[in-house]
Amino acid sequence: MSMTDPGPAAGTSRLASLFALVRRRPRETPIVPRTSIAASALIAVVAIMTFLASLTTGAVVLVRGAASDWQSDVSREVTIQVRPMAGRDLEVDVVRAVEIARSAPGVTAVRAQDKAESARLLEPWLGSGLSLDSLPVPRLIVIQVTPGRPPDFAALRARLAAEVPSASLDDHRGFSRRLRAMADTVVGIGLAILALVMAATVLSVVFATRGAMATNRPTVEVLHFIGAKDAYVAGQFMRHFLFLGLQGGAIGGGAAVLMFLVLGLIGGRLFGLGGSDAAALFGGVSLGIGGYMILLLQVALVGAVTAFTSRRVVAATLKAVS
Amino acid sequence: MVRFENVGLRYGLGPEVLRDLTFRIEPHSFQFLTGPSGAGKTSLLRLLFLSLRPTRGLITLFDHDVATLDKDSLAVLRRRIGIVFQDFRLLDHMTTYENVALPLRVLGREEETYRDEVEELLHWVGLGERMAALPPVLSGGEKQRAAIARAVIARPQLLLADEPTGNVDPNLAKRLLRLFIELNKSGTSVVIATHDIGLMDQYDARRLVLHEGRIHVYD
Repeated sequence: MSMTDPGPAAGTSRLASLFALVRRRPRETPIVPRTSIAASALIAVVAIMTFLASLTTGAVVLVRGAASDWQSDVSREVTIQVRPMAGRDLEVDVVRAVEIARSAPGVTAVRAQDKAESARLLEPWLGSGLSLDSLPVPRLIVIQVTPGRPPDFAALRARLAAEVPSASLDDHRGFSRRLRAMADTVVGIGLAILALVMAATVLSVVFATRGAMATNRPTVEVLHFIGAKDAYVAGQFMRHFLFLGLQGGAIGGGAAVLMFLVLGLIGGRLFGLGGSDAAALFGGVSLGIGGYMILLLQVALVGAVTAFTSRRVVAATLKAVS
Repeated sequence: MVRFENVGLRYGLGPEVLRDLTFRIEPHSFQFLTGPSGAGKTSLLRLLFLSLRPTRGLITLFDHDVATLDKDSLAVLRRRIGIVFQDFRLLDHMTTYENVALPLRVLGREEETYRDEVEELLHWVGLGERMAALPPVLSGGEKQRAAIARAVIARPQLLLADEPTGNVDPNLAKRLLRLFIELNKSGTSVVIATHDIGLMDQYDARRLVLHEGRIHVYD
């Protein structure tokens, strides 16, 4: 049966009515009381969950950033190794290999390491002051390639094999693949932890909403008796939990942002990352603007998840009551 | 406005607490609903404000068969009914002003559009100085008047009051009755559930008497 609804919701979109419900009206007391022990407990739970989620997200952002840096470094450079071979002149082979490399499209620079550089590379293992003339030490040729438009490595490899049999091309693909796999694993684990934290948040909100509904049962009854629809009642609870979720999210997310900022500032000194191998590996603990934006978005997401979860729980409970 | 035909009500598998109720409430009418304690007055009021559905019979409210209405439609219908509960049911965390304005807020009206209306009504029921007070600090009589003000603020077509003078002194009871009579003169149908014979004797109106679950109408 169709009935006339004198309320303003008639004819307006669902989104507009939702907006009207959450819109700030400073002088109005919230219909669902904002302060209670349960509300404080939920804010604390959401804050802890958001803090953990932010730490995880931050770690994922750092690992992804570092892996991307490593990969771009690796993909910008390939090497040709020229080994000494009986019956062949190493110097001639190096010169020929450099010529072949230079002629390949996509190559921006080619530089053959001289004997002194080879000696420096071997120094940690063989010690200093050693003459390499008597040793069959291979020579390296470092090739810079255009990122995104690398040369045809198969063709280059085939040409080297044909003209300089003692040369072999290493495009670092295996290392790059292992690096990507490791980074993907870390990101996957991070996302799984995020999913668990979100699930725990949703469950906390479900229980908190049920508790709030039980506590505010007289309010719900009065709202019904004065003609409020279920959507209106659910909207009031959604508004209540949106504020709780945003408060908790801001506290937890804010603490995490603060922690990353402090680590970014003093991390190098604290963990000895500055200039060390670890710094080269992890690239420091600075999230960058993008990382902080993701953390802020996460706070908004936690608020939204809290609000919509409570709305669904209230709607389902009211439906069951009817 | 309201039509009951052979309406019966039972709770669960218990005996029928209301049996074969057949009566009408006409527009602009005034009636007392009375009967001994336990006769079913509150149950009948709950049927009238749609918080219960009958186990048998037909209830027509504002030309709608209530059995065919969905939940949202019932909510819309309830906006045309004002209810005064015996236990007031004011929301303790909201001021008297906010409690009285609640039906208008639920309708989605902006506060600027109803502030004067609510303040005027609060002055009329003698709560002009108590607008900012929270219900826990109001006296029984003040709560009663706040509950009545909340019930009538949206100008309902039907006003139901459950023992509205049960917690007030005779003078205030008289004033409240005058308030209900004024509302009735302005077009609202009024049903007052009471077992206060003194109150009923003050105004010559139709009486619906419940006895052992059956209704007897004295026009």
